[in-house]
Amino acid sequence: MTVVDLGMPTLPHAPRGVGHLRGNRPFPDAARDALRDGQLRANLGHATSTIRAKRAAVVAEVPDWEQLRAAGKAIKAATMARLDAHLEELERQVTARGGTVHWARDAIEANAIVTELVRATGVHEVVKVKSMATQEIGLNEALEAAGITAHETDLAELIVQLGHDQPSHILVPAIHKNRAEIREIFLRTMPEVDPGLSDDPRELAMAARAHLRERFLRAEVAISGANFAVAETGTLAVVESEGNGRMCLTLPRTLITVMGIEKLVPSWRDLEVFLQLLPRSSTGERMNPYTSLWTGVTPGDGPQDFHLVLLDNGRTATLADEVGREALHCIRCSACLNVCPVYERTGGHAYGSVYPGPIGAVLSPQLTGVEDNASLPYASSLCGACYDVCPVAIDIPSILVHLRAEHVEAQKHATPEAVAFRVLAKVMSHPRRWRMAQKAAGLGRLLARGRPTMPAALPPPASRWTQSRDLPTPPKETFTQAWAREHGS
Amino acid sequence: MSSRNEVLARIRTALGTERAPVPEIVRDYRTTDERPAEELLDVLVDRLEDYKATVLRCTPGEIPATVVAALDTGLPAGWAPADVVVAPGVPDPWRPAGTAEDDGRPAVELADFSATVVGVAVAIAETGTLVLDGSPLSGRRALSLLPDCLVCVVIADQVVGGVPEGLARLERSAPLTMISGPSATSDIELSRVEGVHGPRTLVVVLVG
Repeated sequence: MTVVDLGMPTLPHAPRGVGHLRGNRPFPDAARDALRDGQLRANLGHATSTIRAKRAAVVAEVPDWEQLRAAGKAIKAATMARLDAHLEELERQVTARGGTVHWARDAIEANAIVTELVRATGVHEVVKVKSMATQEIGLNEALEAAGITAHETDLAELIVQLGHDQPSHILVPAIHKNRAEIREIFLRTMPEVDPGLSDDPRELAMAARAHLRERFLRAEVAISGANFAVAETGTLAVVESEGNGRMCLTLPRTLITVMGIEKLVPSWRDLEVFLQLLPRSSTGERMNPYTSLWTGVTPGDGPQDFHLVLLDNGRTATLADEVGREALHCIRCSACLNVCPVYERTGGHAYGSVYPGPIGAVLSPQLTGVEDNASLPYASSLCGACYDVCPVAIDIPSILVHLRAEHVEAQKHATPEAVAFRVLAKVMSHPRRWRMAQKAAGLGRLLARGRPTMPAALPPPASRWTQSRDLPTPPKETFTQAWAREHGS
Repeated sequence: MSSRNEVLARIRTALGTERAPVPEIVRDYRTTDERPAEELLDVLVDRLEDYKATVLRCTPGEIPATVVAALDTGLPAGWAPADVVVAPGVPDPWRPAGTAEDDGRPAVELADFSATVVGVAVAIAETGTLVLDGSPLSGRRALSLLPDCLVCVVIADQVVGGVPEGLARLERSAPLTMISGPSATSDIELSRVEGVHGPRTLVVVLVG
């Protein structure tokens, strides 16, 4: 475990070696490869522009959207301010209604709890509802190691699983695949599928229906995440579209729900805010096709054995940061991914974590400790589009800047950038030095040979800047020189 | 220390001993809808149809014939009443002759039926949402899930304007299912396709 001491309480981060919160290389390296993939960029451009338009249309028709947003933000802040008390209340209510609550310090413990619960039922396969928490902790791999097969049932998760791929988007994990690529995966991996299958999305969806139908009907254990949990009533909520969630939440005898400790809301009334904010921000619908709400166990209706696993895995470490804790307000709608100019071009894999895009760039480094995801806070142009669309108004740009500062503070040795800025500060604090520096910079005009930008091949260390950016040619005269010429000194 | 106590202790450490006051939650968003009932029904129909559900409107006296018409719409010609299952609390006049009643058989056996007829707990006009609450009228959750065609009978006074009014009317501890159109997916290129694992056909009989 890694612990960063910044004068704040030191709490353990998500452990290394398990789960999917860390990439195997820095963002700029991974992004460079992604940018070379023309098909990926075309797929992402098409999908994100589609969803942006849909979201904008359904948000515009809600006259009190900003009031809902403010309420959503306040509810989440209120939840975090008394998180311990709300979790204890949730535990009481779920237990009183016949459920069993488990607590997991981290991914390793959560995986062990779930594996043991499945083992106790004696089955060797489970059906799964799409869940970010179980992706985060690498539950499928842990189950596989114990000889248990986990069948993903969400269409996009199924595509990712069958293609031995990684998810690249919070809402639509297979967003990087187009219909032709999905058809190819189905033809290759579904033995029963009609070889004449076309790439019409309707036909592809029907193939998935046929593929999973039998699995749903025979499933004895299901594993889900949760979009919300209501502390006051012990109610859990899963928001979905296809009906695969309902199948998993309704038909098996045993249901195991893995939920991050930040997903709860204090009162039943709070759902009236989030059930308006989430669907419109997420799929751009007025309401998603299916929302399931359940409280413990209901005799004669649905699973008779219900387990709720509450997961920390770096969340309390995030909570300890007064600026960064706002990232825990996220309701996983993915609107920030769809508007992000960086995400739209690189896709989700470059972020190396199951949480990509702007929210991932602030959440992943806090869950793992910023040094384990040090390049992510820089994976942004700070344009602020993510903040504008966030349904709970998380100030992502400010958290990014905060985490960059944290990363810089944590450096034992001065980086070239830090040295450069230190020199610059010295120069700028003396008028004479500054004028001399400006004159020296004017020599750059010789290198530019009349072009508006400097040549890309400047010598190191300046090359690290000019590799990916244009450096403007210095002007013929500085502002102060021009002022003196026109107005007299 | 148990995991439970350790996680709770970590939260207390994270929040510090001098805790900030809990922020006030201002609920100045819309919580009621003053539009006339007739207008709300029109909004509901518009939203349902937007999501590719079929809506048949009728008077209370016309319910029996309209439920049959709904099944005619959702099922292939020549459907048999024995292929239709109704929730145990569905009133007799709503049940076409010869339909089966959900008698609590193993849930997976409900997959053998072609269609289901149920009532709802509440309908939310603005989002085109029907809420089933696991009562005898709505039936257990599997009933409205496995057969491929779902017929929901909605009475006009069950229709509210927005989400806050709808949630306020519900029994909180009941197993609740909010349904907005037939099952759908946007997972392929983010284009919406109706009909995946849940009922591919949704027909709403709107009474009043």
